[in-house]
Amino acid sequence: MAKIKVDGRVRETSAAPDTPLLYVLAGELGLKGPRFGCGLAQCGSCSVLVDGVETRSCVTPVSAVAGKAITTLEGLPAWHGTPGKLHPVQQAMIVEQAPQCGYCYNGMVIKAAELLAKTPHPTEAEIRTHMNGHLCRCGTYPRIVKAIQRAAKAMSEKAA
Amino acid sequence: MSTSLGPDRRGLLKAGGALIVGFSLGGAAPAPMRRGEIAGPPDAKQVDTWLAIGADNIATLYIGFVELGQGTTTALPQVAAEELDLDLDQVRTVQADTNVTPNQGGTYSSASIARGSPQVRAAAAEARRALLQMASQHLGAPVEQLQVSRGNVLVKGDRHKRVTYGQLVGGKLFNLQVSGKAPVKPPSSYRTVGLPLPRKDVPAKVKGEYGYIQHQRLEGMLHARVVRPRGQRAYGAGAKVLSVDESSISAIPGARVLQRGDFIAVAAPLEWDAIRAARQLKVVWDSAPTLPGAQRLYEQMRADKTTDTVVTNRGDVAQAFAGAAQTVAFSARCPYQAHAPFAPNCALADVRPDGALVICTSQDIYNLRHELSPILGLPDAKIRVQFVDASGTYGHSCYDDVGQAAAIASQLAGRPVRLQFMRWDEHGWDTYGPAHVGDVKVAASADGKIIGYQYDGWQHNWSQVEVAQQLAMGTAATEWPTFPSQQVATGTCGGQYAIANLKLVNHHVPGQGYLRGAWLRSPLDLSFAFTSEQAVDQLAYQLGLDPYEFRRRNIADERWLGVLDGAAKAAGWTPRRAFQGQGGDVVSGRGIGLGTHLQSWGGAVAEIEVTKSTGKVRVKHLYGAIDAGLVVNPGNVEAQITGQLVQTTSRMLLEEVKFDEHGVTSLDWNGYPILRFEDCPDVTPVIVQRVNEPSQGAGEEVMAAAAAAIANAFFDATGVRMSEFPLTPERVRAALKTA
Repeated sequence: MAKIKVDGRVRETSAAPDTPLLYVLAGELGLKGPRFGCGLAQCGSCSVLVDGVETRSCVTPVSAVAGKAITTLEGLPAWHGTPGKLHPVQQAMIVEQAPQCGYCYNGMVIKAAELLAKTPHPTEAEIRTHMNGHLCRCGTYPRIVKAIQRAAKAMSEKAA
Repeated sequence: MSTSLGPDRRGLLKAGGALIVGFSLGGAAPAPMRRGEIAGPPDAKQVDTWLAIGADNIATLYIGFVELGQGTTTALPQVAAEELDLDLDQVRTVQADTNVTPNQGGTYSSASIARGSPQVRAAAAEARRALLQMASQHLGAPVEQLQVSRGNVLVKGDRHKRVTYGQLVGGKLFNLQVSGKAPVKPPSSYRTVGLPLPRKDVPAKVKGEYGYIQHQRLEGMLHARVVRPRGQRAYGAGAKVLSVDESSISAIPGARVLQRGDFIAVAAPLEWDAIRAARQLKVVWDSAPTLPGAQRLYEQMRADKTTDTVVTNRGDVAQAFAGAAQTVAFSARCPYQAHAPFAPNCALADVRPDGALVICTSQDIYNLRHELSPILGLPDAKIRVQFVDASGTYGHSCYDDVGQAAAIASQLAGRPVRLQFMRWDEHGWDTYGPAHVGDVKVAASADGKIIGYQYDGWQHNWSQVEVAQQLAMGTAATEWPTFPSQQVATGTCGGQYAIANLKLVNHHVPGQGYLRGAWLRSPLDLSFAFTSEQAVDQLAYQLGLDPYEFRRRNIADERWLGVLDGAAKAAGWTPRRAFQGQGGDVVSGRGIGLGTHLQSWGGAVAEIEVTKSTGKVRVKHLYGAIDAGLVVNPGNVEAQITGQLVQTTSRMLLEEVKFDEHGVTSLDWNGYPILRFEDCPDVTPVIVQRVNEPSQGAGEEVMAAAAAAIANAFFDATGVRMSEFPLTPERVRAALKTA
């Protein structure tokens, strides 16, 4: 049994070492955040943070994340230091009523959280560039950009 | 008739590891309705079919329409809440399930509100009338003296007398017919309908708590994948298995091949093993060429043996052209485009000799049940189909290839099965938005009136027989039912304007020998608008008129005028003739367009930028106006317009299905790119709210207008009319070079 650290907890997995992390998270651990979209690292549905860096779990073997801290959508508030609450990006997505089908929002929220952790005051161009590898078929990009701007503002107001 | 799917089977459905009861009713179901235990559809004339009110004053609304991210599970409860004087948080929904919900037809053509809200309104009004009569008796006060707030019935002027809906009827049946005669509220008194209330499903979606179909599990299930050639061949040719080497997956634990005719799937206890098995299984397929290939597609459609229908013919088009001051003739070619749902389709099935349960994302559960009957050899009443949301599918799940595939796989395996498509299955075996060729000619008088119009359109039959079914059943294609595609129609082909002499001709191409085609959000309308509205625009140009002013001059219908003005005003349109000729490599342009789907009215303005040297088109801002009659939830509709404008940009600039003589070759997001953040335009949604008009569709009716606006903006920037989309850099460079 290999061990991986997911959302602050050490979890055991019986998966073969070359199994992509996604199938451990969504299958064995029953998490609903990371999800299958393409299996090719093209869309971002399956994104998680690995030591704070957005990573496509659909092509990352579970053996490659041993000893690293995996954060899923479910664990994002705790990772942000606000367990039990919503991450500001999640809150802003609700206020902006950004999602439609919402399937891509696992990746959208994860990627936006990664951005704001490193760049608290991104320009609109920086937001668009940072998010460019995440696809949304419903066409909700404009509201996601607004939500990220709203979250950045909320986070800086809180820090001030 | 009772099915075998009693409560024991319902308890098996699991979501994300947690046991859920099939449709979250628990013991609240009124016993005589026996919801879930009898094959539906339940009687739509009964109030109890639509509504149940619990002792806790919470109403449950049963809807045959499904949530696809468009907000149905917020807007329909809003209609019920309005009539019942409940707040939105007091109404929950149960979505499509053939043993539970009424048959409201499929969730397509943006009909959830248009068709669904009058039904919900009538049932809720009937319930309210009955509840007030009960309250009147209970409180000893005439109905006229009662008022209701949050389901509390109060007597005016006597604050001690009150009773809740829950106390009156909680857990019991109404046993009442929907007479259609219970008074409904006048729109002027609406408190809930017309408000942009937040969507009920959004918080769970951003928290990662939402249970999509992909999260559902059945006890004892196997994971399955289909094995098909990468990329479909011609509709009718199917896929022919020459040989299967089962030993090629013998090293994968528990993996097995499930084969029926040319239908092949693999199953394994672990999902990753099923994926590996699908990849490794050695199958030799017949690879003979069956398709015209992208190069010859349009000429083959024109040359094919078509069935020609004059759809509309009024006045005398030939005579109008003979006396015209200006005429335009224009032809355009429009590609196949993919639904490309973000989540590859997924379904669960438990098929047993005495009955079947199929859990899937079908937009039309009752129809799927009927289709499954001959495939599984079970009567309709022995098959239960439940809907669970997935990602948006934009019309794809009017068909349910994956639901059929899971059912066939479960029957073969003798076990419950969860079958999910891989990305290449989804992109490669889609029922694509159909290709189109259009010829249009338009004539105007010297005073700027359109006096003659003719549109000839070619598109092939849509596919009726689903892939899993055709592969498993092996019925000869010559025996398949034909299914006519959408036709050339006045909605977007000239009907926006008051034209005395107008002729529309539909050239119906047989469907076999082409790709599978069917509804893709606003099917064919983008193509119609790209063709027709460029010709109208060109006429304005030749007359030396501003394209907005020219359209205004030719519109007689205030609904069209409303959306045209709405979009133009939002964009701050100032009058000038198009294409004044700009120097430099980067040129900008603006365009305007009108169009719709089957109903409603759409208008749009586009502002774009073209880099001539690279051929790159950038849509900077899109303004989209819709008139859909009474808009129940303007927040939902603004979101829908936003999505339509962004998706239209994607479809006009980037999207085309690629294929050669052997099959489809655009099999993932690299082969079939869609719009990304960096190229996403700013958008301004505009709603023309008409509270006294019946609600119409709002999920796809502004796309045609937006497509036209982008094409016309391209002309404004460059002086060149594009005759084919998408406007890829390569195609744009070629067009600018020949101009």
